[in-house]
Amino acid sequence: MKQLPEDLVSIRLTVNGVVRSLDVHPGETLLEVLRGRLRLTGTKRGCEVGECGACTVVLDGRAVNSCLVLAVQADGAEVLTVEGLAREGALHPLQRAFLEHGAVQCGFCTPGMLMSAHALLAQDPSPTPDAVRRAIAGNLCRCTGYQAIVDAVLAAAGEANSS
Amino acid sequence: MMIGEKDKDRPWLLGRPEPRVDGLGKVTGEARFTDDLDEVGQVWGVVLRAAHPHARIVSLDVEEARLAPGVVAVLTARDIPGNPFVGGVVQDQPVLAGTAGAGGGAGHDLDRVRMLGDGVALVAAETEAQARDALGLIRVGYEPLPVVTDPREALRPESPLVHDRGNLVVHHGVRHGDPAVGFEYAHRVYERAYATPRIEHAYLEPECVIARPVEGGGVEVVGSIQNLFSTRRAVASVLGVPLNRVRIRHAVLGGSFGGKDDVMTVMACRAALLARATGRPVKMVNTREESMLESYKRHPYFLDYRAGVDRDGNLCAMRMDIVADAGAYASMSPFVTYRSVVQAAGPYRCPHVWTDVRAAYTNNPYTGAMRGFGSPQVNFAIECLVDEIAEDQGLDPLTYRRRIVFRDGDVTPTGQRLAGHRVSLDEVLARIGDASGFVDKWWRYRAAREAPAAFRRGIGVACSYRGVSLGAEGVDAAATFVQVQPDGSVIVSSGVTDMGQGAQTAVAQCAAEVLGVPLDRVVFLNTDTSRIPDSGPTVASRGTIMGGSAAADAAAQVRARMLEVAADLLGQPVKNLVIREGLVGTGGAEGSFVPSRLTFADLAGECFRRGVALAALGWFRAPPTSWHEETGQGIAYFTYVYGANVAEVVVDSGTGRVRVEEFWSVHDCGRVVNRLGAEGQVHGGVAMGLGYGLLEEFEVEQGVPKASNFDEYLIPTAMDVPRMHVEFVENPDPAGRLGQKSLGEPTNEIAAPAVVNAIANATGRRIREIPATLEQVLIGRRLTRSGLRGSEVARGGEASCKVRGEEG
Repeated sequence: MKQLPEDLVSIRLTVNGVVRSLDVHPGETLLEVLRGRLRLTGTKRGCEVGECGACTVVLDGRAVNSCLVLAVQADGAEVLTVEGLAREGALHPLQRAFLEHGAVQCGFCTPGMLMSAHALLAQDPSPTPDAVRRAIAGNLCRCTGYQAIVDAVLAAAGEANSS
Repeated sequence: MMIGEKDKDRPWLLGRPEPRVDGLGKVTGEARFTDDLDEVGQVWGVVLRAAHPHARIVSLDVEEARLAPGVVAVLTARDIPGNPFVGGVVQDQPVLAGTAGAGGGAGHDLDRVRMLGDGVALVAAETEAQARDALGLIRVGYEPLPVVTDPREALRPESPLVHDRGNLVVHHGVRHGDPAVGFEYAHRVYERAYATPRIEHAYLEPECVIARPVEGGGVEVVGSIQNLFSTRRAVASVLGVPLNRVRIRHAVLGGSFGGKDDVMTVMACRAALLARATGRPVKMVNTREESMLESYKRHPYFLDYRAGVDRDGNLCAMRMDIVADAGAYASMSPFVTYRSVVQAAGPYRCPHVWTDVRAAYTNNPYTGAMRGFGSPQVNFAIECLVDEIAEDQGLDPLTYRRRIVFRDGDVTPTGQRLAGHRVSLDEVLARIGDASGFVDKWWRYRAAREAPAAFRRGIGVACSYRGVSLGAEGVDAAATFVQVQPDGSVIVSSGVTDMGQGAQTAVAQCAAEVLGVPLDRVVFLNTDTSRIPDSGPTVASRGTIMGGSAAADAAAQVRARMLEVAADLLGQPVKNLVIREGLVGTGGAEGSFVPSRLTFADLAGECFRRGVALAALGWFRAPPTSWHEETGQGIAYFTYVYGANVAEVVVDSGTGRVRVEEFWSVHDCGRVVNRLGAEGQVHGGVAMGLGYGLLEEFEVEQGVPKASNFDEYLIPTAMDVPRMHVEFVENPDPAGRLGQKSLGEPTNEIAAPAVVNAIANATGRRIREIPATLEQVLIGRRLTRSGLRGSEVARGGEASCKVRGEEG
């Protein structure tokens, strides 16, 4: 990390497998960098106080609220956003399960939900329904009542385990 | 164009759990919500909001702000070229409050702020930070006015006036029979007072618009807008231009629940003013704090119910007096209270019913449309009351309800005979009783409360009937446009908006059903006011019945033309031909289908080559309704839907904590169009209803909201919502072109009373004021906290918990 003129800080992070070098303000959040500078607008801004979870991304394997992470804190880190889930045109099993189970309504919480679920399954490939609920307890959804989301995460886990 | 009986009676595609037509982009991140869009050369627009909940503006100085770095324009009420007021029913809300002489008329004086969410000035600047910095340079002189915050006080003659013409927004009455006579033969009379809270829609996407100036003095607006045609009317009126110079589109909407109506209209008007003034695209985005401060809420209600029961246990008289808090502006209050007055007595036979509902202006945040629209409040009251009467009559609440609910041919308190469709409430109650094991559990849990226990179990029921669509509120018609492409793919657009509820999928599925193509062949375009006729607002759970019926109409027109060509190609009479699963074939009256080699895609190509019009505009006008304002009698809605909820709870006797363990929801919404979408509506409606019953209240003290973000305004999380069991009783209704009706709001309007009735079953204590917080459950009254945020308390502020009434 080197200090640049005008208070800019140079950082380097890997986003969805691509190394990105950026000069950011010290106060800029990871959310602002993802949406504003990298135009990865799949990650949503819902509350900016870490309560709604719409901005959840996976940072070095952990689900975090990107509105609460400074971009400089992500220097050297690996970030996965919703745009990085599908590989070579094929949807991730979580994405397919969300569609098939009706886990998507307005879709604003969906990217954050997917990322929380992704981090959960990486840690616990066969979660119980309660574990899924705990893992997404920081992601608010006003449309679905969470039931279809829980079902989708369990289905995606089941699919991954049987293949 | 005829929709054949085949379409209505034997659908091949309706009812299937098809994935959403707009789902893919939402799981990949490609779906563009308004804040994901930017325009070349755009500036940022921000709003200076009121510093007092009620004050006259005596001076307003924006000169310093105009000179601030990056600032492109600063606007006040004086800069509005057209009508400075908006309002869907009463034009009483200023786009910007101003100083005296800025405009306005009698009863609507423009020179004051009436709630903290009011806007006083607009700034456009090159960056959002520059725009927000400039707000601090605007100097406003206020002369504070007395504040009124209780709608019952607001209706007293000595109350401060929020609007010069008086604080009464609307008064609806229903006069059916004569309760004075009815109460004379009452064996028992029950008098109960209920109260329901102000709540926040809490759509996850904050409000956002982008306005772009276009030639002829007009604008194009894209935004998170629920009711595009209402917004268009207001923007055209504020700019003083005809409707065809204002084009409103929505981007993908991140939830609305009735909430992105007036607040978006005001935001669109402000962005349009800035776009005209700067000649540049203007983007405005609310922070969550701005959203909670400015956006309208669900009306708090105070409900006084009096019911008489005769010796046989039947309701013989009801008298209801209800006051709603409209907040600072009328918004949808006149229509919200209309639904309340029609449905206040619940789905129960009663010969003598008088109901009065008044809405009053206060200096609280304004209240308007929210999922349910005047029904969650009255359903809470009547469902708690009927539950209590049942227990008092020595019956379980489900059996008692089944005795007194409407059946085919019964007459409602507005004098409407329920006919022409199946009045299925008894069937719905029977189904939910079986599914939940209600009667047995209710008696068991009631008996168990005699003995001391750390945890008590309870089960509760609630049911409702609900008028479909707008009813006698106003014009009720909608358009859907269906185009078949030469390769057989289909494009559908409609005047009905998808806010996340799935209107695009439901409307597309209706079109695909009639065309005979799989749903994945359909693309749905976001609504655009310049490309589809004014279809009214997407409210009142009318999307599926109105937009879907118009889609069926459009698809039937196109199909008829295509079948003529098919008849020629296949050498078969048109009446024998059927299209299904993208294949053309022959079908019999009994629903059989034999496909030919001709595909829908090939047929579309041949039609195109022959110059056949493969597009049609479908139109659906609702059946007639009527209303006599003096007596509150008439055909209030053209048809009704029926539903019931059962909640099973565990109450912690030591803390008052209520855990909802299981939940059942049964609805007759007519023909189910998409099972996946329908179940999703129920799940989400119930979760929101549980928040209403147990958790949520947007507290306001002296006009100042106590919550500004999700750290203080709590909505249910995945940990708070139980497993839900959903069933549908399908009675196709002749009112919908394919037998479909409504579902979105019925799902949300009875969860709270079901839970509160379950708490009563567990504890023996009747809660008449929601939310049923820990203290309501444990000690039977509410505690209130100070207006300080938690962080301020931690820094040495006062105690965070005070008992209301102990202070003075």
